[in-house]
Amino acid sequence: MKSSLIKSTVIFLGLFFLYFPILVLIFYSFNENKRVMVWKGFSLRWYNELFNNEQIIEAFIISIKIAALSATFATILGVMIGYSLVRIRKIPFKSFYIFLSSTPLVLPELILGLSMLLFFISLNNVIGFPSSRGQITIFISHVTFCIAFVAIIIQARLTDFNKNIEEAAMDLGYNYTKVLYKITLPIILPSIIAGWLLAFTISLDDLVVASFTTGPGANTLPIVVFSKVRLGLSPEVNALSAILMFALIIIGLFYFYFNKKFKH
Amino acid sequence: MKNKLFEKYFVFSPYFWLVLFFFIPLAIIFKISISVSEWGMPPYQDIFLFDNGFKINTTFENYVYIFSDYYYIGSFVNSLILALISTFFSLLIGFPLAFYIATSNIRLRNILLVLVVIPFWSSFLLRVYAWKIILQNNGILNLILLNLGIISEPLQLLYNQYAVIIGIVYTYLPLMILPLYGYLNKFDLNLIEASKDLGLNRIKTFFKVILPLSVPGIVAGSLLVFIPVVGEFIIPEMLGGSDRLYYGKILWEEFFVNRNWPGASALAFSGIIILVLPIVFFQILYSRWSQKIEI
Repeated sequence: MKSSLIKSTVIFLGLFFLYFPILVLIFYSFNENKRVMVWKGFSLRWYNELFNNEQIIEAFIISIKIAALSATFATILGVMIGYSLVRIRKIPFKSFYIFLSSTPLVLPELILGLSMLLFFISLNNVIGFPSSRGQITIFISHVTFCIAFVAIIIQARLTDFNKNIEEAAMDLGYNYTKVLYKITLPIILPSIIAGWLLAFTISLDDLVVASFTTGPGANTLPIVVFSKVRLGLSPEVNALSAILMFALIIIGLFYFYFNKKFKH
Repeated sequence: MKNKLFEKYFVFSPYFWLVLFFFIPLAIIFKISISVSEWGMPPYQDIFLFDNGFKINTTFENYVYIFSDYYYIGSFVNSLILALISTFFSLLIGFPLAFYIATSNIRLRNILLVLVVIPFWSSFLLRVYAWKIILQNNGILNLILLNLGIISEPLQLLYNQYAVIIGIVYTYLPLMILPLYGYLNKFDLNLIEASKDLGLNRIKTFFKVILPLSVPGIVAGSLLVFIPVVGEFIIPEMLGGSDRLYYGKILWEEFFVNRNWPGASALAFSGIIILVLPIVFFQILYSRWSQKIEI
């Protein structure tokens, strides 16, 4: 009895710690007052202002565009890596391959951002591309560091999936490509979707790498939000937080739904 | 024959992308870190000179400069200490949570796990911002403490290293809980019963049975928290004050404010060598080792 009380208390306190700040943020987003901390009354004023704020809306669209595109590319390349690492025996310089596909997971974002920026500058000096930095350079950087996350999910999925199904299909006369497209990919599809969702969220949420690789006309949402709240508080950002948290949590639930399937 | 072509396509497409957009950028950081700095654009000299015959023009001065100045070393040490403290507190909060989730019944377990990880999906930046609201002088925490009569005037909670630690522990906690849960989940609850039957009390059971068995999870979770925190820039920038400088901040300023590209590159490359390489090396060894076991 005593131990179950401790258990419930620990879990309750832990969840309280995790959710309290989010609830506070949502609560204050309904504050009428321009001074964020002084409660004046319930209102949707800042939601209204948010939807009329062109800078934020534009940044939001740019972020969604970059996130969707880089998640798609990262998913394609990540699936290839996951597949190669589990199913293909001969990979030249395999340790190097593993190094390339896992280091972005542990490299501090700041170092990654700096290296990408210096790379783009050097590349521009050599071949004249990219002549200016912007959405395309953010896209390339985001693909690069999202690949690793997708690869890990796919690798985990393929490792515990039964190879016999693939072999049976081959015995029945399917060739290699057909097995992949008709058997393997459909079976791991939920994990591929989960990988895409993860990459999408990571790209949407990234501030540091985007700050390094951005240029004129490519202010992503986190960059705009950061510039607003770096030194103070902003009632519009409060309203944005509430909406964004809600949307992202829904995406997270979808991720769990898809990623759960592989356990069976 | 066709299979070969197909395999090549699968292996080499991402290989090509990662060499071009990940390995070469790292090599460029190294190249610039051993270049001689100068005024101009770009603010460093080429490492290969061809004007008077071929000459290699490199220097280790940037590294000497960084490693002999307390400003840089001190910041790096600050970051390591910050990461150590934050990892410790994440473990302190994360371990009991992961343990109790793992020992719940299966239905509850899944719900709790999703509940713990879901905040991690919401925006990182906004979760840090939430603490800015909570810790303000007229923020909710001060309000509660004042009303409870614990303090008589608002405390300065924001813009110091403690606020930074709170922010880090909060945002990185799911990264600690997940691997811990992964290992604790696998382990046989009967072991705890058995140790109780054999007469070990709770504390002894914890230190002799539970803790040793969860070491791999503790290591994995700690690494996931420790490494990114050393390079963390946003949280100290939003919640921290001028009382302490961290590695991320000086790297940022060396590049954007001082425009010392070779210096910033040397800082970044030192970071890679000190932090990342040992772990990657460990990972490759581990994956080789686990493959051998499979065979």
